[in-house]
Amino acid sequence: MTFLFYLFAAMALIGGVGVVVNKNPVSAAFAMILSFLGLAALFIQLNAYLVGILQILVYAGAIMVLFLFIIMLMNVEEEEKRKFPIVNALGGSGVAIAFAILLATVLKRSEIGNAGLPRLSVAEGPGNSDVHRIGELLFSHYWFPIQMVGILLLVATVGAVVLSKKQLK
Amino acid sequence: MESALTLNHFLFVSGVLFAVGLAGVLIRRNLIVIFMCLELMLAAANLTLVAFSRFNVQDGEPGYDGQVLLFFIITVAAAEVAVGLAIIVALFRSRETTDVTKINSMKF
Repeated sequence: MTFLFYLFAAMALIGGVGVVVNKNPVSAAFAMILSFLGLAALFIQLNAYLVGILQILVYAGAIMVLFLFIIMLMNVEEEEKRKFPIVNALGGSGVAIAFAILLATVLKRSEIGNAGLPRLSVAEGPGNSDVHRIGELLFSHYWFPIQMVGILLLVATVGAVVLSKKQLK
Repeated sequence: MESALTLNHFLFVSGVLFAVGLAGVLIRRNLIVIFMCLELMLAAANLTLVAFSRFNVQDGEPGYDGQVLLFFIITVAAAEVAVGLAIIVALFRSRETTDVTKINSMKF
């Protein structure tokens, strides 16, 4: 269990670093897919099966394919020749390292953070899966947000179509 | 069997992944890669939600509210990517570049 955690956490982090350091945008996109797969495995390790599968389907599937389509439109060779400015690289990694150190310091002092995984006692059988529970919550307690999400998706679709027109007015 | 994993493990991975995404936004100059790093930050925040949901056990069940919120975040991220990439394509059509240092004026 712990070994798998470290394996998939390393996978997610190596993928994330790969996105930042790969000069070729296509390689960066593939590193991102690796990172998302690692994250999805961590979700599944946390007993969030539905969300883990959604992460793979929506992020690693749909969103990254969209990114790869757009990358096809631009000039990859021009991007590969470009160098990282040293000031940007130092500043960016400095901010990231400072954030990680701050986080480690704060987390070490937190009391709830040092508790182990609590035991689950979910009964087997239909009606007890997390898909069922999340679906129930979505269509009872969260009925209004899910309507709003529907409108959001409609607006986003219309917006994407309008923005893709040849002539923007 | 007592597991050695704690909430801190997951929160730390999530935070470091967020920091990597932030560094990417600061370092890279390609608009599409910057957008990918933004998505990475969003996904890193998702891990925090799932971890808190799993560690908030009541009556032997994880708190599903966090996972519902994550469902909404994934939907918003998908909508954001659709619109954002459409904007990038429109920008690329008019400027022929995705370098953010060359796109520094609203109108030319």
